[in-house]
Amino acid sequence: MTLMKSLMGAAAAVALSAGAALADPALIFDLGGKFDKSFNEAAYNGAQRWVEETGGEYLEIELKSDAQREQALRRFAERGANPIITMGFAMTSTIENVAPDYPDTKFVNIDGWADLPNVQTISFAEHEGSYLAGVMAAEASKSGTVSFIGGMDIPLIRKFACGYAQGVKSVNPDATVVSNMTGTTPDAWNDPVKGSELAKAQISQGSDVVFAAAGGTGVGVLQTAADEGVLSIGVDSNQNHLHPGKVLTSMMKRVDVAVYNALKDGADLETGFQNLDLAADGVGVAIDEHNEALVTDEMKASVEAARAAIVAGDVVVHDYTSDDSCPALSF
Amino acid sequence: MEKMPKWADVVLIPVISLLLAALISAIVILLIGESPIEALDLMVEGALGSTNGWGYTLYYATNFLFTGLAVAVAAHAGLFNIGGEGQAMLGGLGLAIVCLYIPFPHWSIALLVAGLGAGLFGAAWAAIPAYLQAKRGSHIVITTIMFNFIAAAVLNYMLVNTLKPKGSMEPATGRFPESAQLPSLHDILAPIGIEFSKSSPANVTLFVGIAACVVVWGLIWHTPLGHEIRALGKSERGAVYAGISPVRTVMITMLISGALCGLMATNNVMGEAERLVLNATEGAGFIGIAVALMGRNHPFGVFLAAILFGFLYQGGAELALWTNIPSELIVVIQALVILFTGALDNMVRMPIEKIFLALRKENA
Repeated sequence: MTLMKSLMGAAAAVALSAGAALADPALIFDLGGKFDKSFNEAAYNGAQRWVEETGGEYLEIELKSDAQREQALRRFAERGANPIITMGFAMTSTIENVAPDYPDTKFVNIDGWADLPNVQTISFAEHEGSYLAGVMAAEASKSGTVSFIGGMDIPLIRKFACGYAQGVKSVNPDATVVSNMTGTTPDAWNDPVKGSELAKAQISQGSDVVFAAAGGTGVGVLQTAADEGVLSIGVDSNQNHLHPGKVLTSMMKRVDVAVYNALKDGADLETGFQNLDLAADGVGVAIDEHNEALVTDEMKASVEAARAAIVAGDVVVHDYTSDDSCPALSF
Repeated sequence: MEKMPKWADVVLIPVISLLLAALISAIVILLIGESPIEALDLMVEGALGSTNGWGYTLYYATNFLFTGLAVAVAAHAGLFNIGGEGQAMLGGLGLAIVCLYIPFPHWSIALLVAGLGAGLFGAAWAAIPAYLQAKRGSHIVITTIMFNFIAAAVLNYMLVNTLKPKGSMEPATGRFPESAQLPSLHDILAPIGIEFSKSSPANVTLFVGIAACVVVWGLIWHTPLGHEIRALGKSERGAVYAGISPVRTVMITMLISGALCGLMATNNVMGEAERLVLNATEGAGFIGIAVALMGRNHPFGVFLAAILFGFLYQGGAELALWTNIPSELIVVIQALVILFTGALDNMVRMPIEKIFLALRKENA
């Protein structure tokens, strides 16, 4: 009950000092739960880093149902939590409802698009990071066939797949990109067995680099790729260490950094839109001691060139969600 | 002669089962180092202590009311409908299509027509497993659960490719027009001077659910069709001997069951979210099984059980908000309630029957 006590204390302190920013921040995890090995866990890691560095405390909840979204937001806001950090696009419409009622509370919406004076909206250029992963995949592939495994078939995942396919085609226009989605229920984010089966099916179609953007399902994909002797690409966090020498790279989405920064700025954080793209290092490909041997100098050069071109604006990676279509891949 | 009085069967046994479940939950909470009394206090306070809490409790209860009734109706015919999840999903789809594409002058007409759309889609989704069961003997448990997955796939496809507004990241429909949004309990109770929380999701469909309870009660016990349904459930051979067509009865029962599940969409899709999102049903179809089991397939029992599960859901959410009790433990508590009230029924029933028999002997 320490959380409860500190919360009560904080609420009382706020009441006494008439609105001084003393309240704890709050973090709302989306339906996947905080240990999803991916998006929510990255947020958790960012928050833990902040806890270790500052000794601060934060309130948290893992949502279990859509109806809890508004409830959690309002209850945290009423108890004086500030800022309130929310994960995922599904929170956007709830924030649009709730945030105007609490003008002194700052809300952070990661992956959202709410446009309000007390909301900080953080989005990531997943298509640009995936493009770089695609460039590496095409360079590493010997068969000319690479593949993609998504979690659920939702626009966000198509954005990953579309950027990846564009990257592949930029190196080898004749390459084949095989794309599959794991399932149609939220279980698809945490189904390593199905991920493994899909990876096997794709390998039998000739794929020798498999990119998984499927949360916990990706663990099964990476395992199977390693067992079958082909390369894989991890997602969100740096997953290179899972199978050293067998994971080509990881498409990193620095949710942890975003959460850490929001907690560090506290109630003073700047509201408005923040797009964390390649230029801002919000996305990128991981190269470390675990995959050094796989990354040739040529590959490094092409990735660097592609990165520079995107940052400079010479190459524009098409964003699937901008018009619901993809030039390089059909769904 | 009855082994024990009716009140013991209907009230005493469920209450004892609940107390046992609560006791074991308390031990589990103690084991992870939290105070069970404080937890119970938080749950009661959070779910019943304010109109806001009541609003959420009743909102969840309304969902379970529809799915619980659906399972109960099917159970009277000896059919185990575990496809409530898929039927409710399709109900949401039918409702969303009606609400998005037909302009309505007033919410009451919208509710009527959208409810019809939801019921039709839900019934249609139940019709195929029903036909396969009635004509081919494919077991309804297998087919309905498979249809849950197909429903999820259909919904996913429709939302991502057809119903999603262009350029939106979220696989959900746009918001329904103003005239298709239902009044909340706040709007209904304000004119008669009762102050009810504005932000809670309970809405007018609660009364639709209660009306559905009454209709189901009348249908099962006071119509010829209800008699046929119960006869089939007790003994198929007997029903055939009495001139009841099993094919026809199975079809009609499942259509009613599916329509009830579909109607749930008026609460969660039309009343709460006001748009159709992926995974809108959130397991209410499965909770309906527990609710029907606990309510002994009687509409009034279903009503009480739905409120209880609404309380567990909302109280559980409050626990997750304000304590370190992990949300998985709330699932454990719910599971214990289902286990004791449903599966382990005889464990409580037999000793109590013995006590009553012994008492009767003494009196005689």
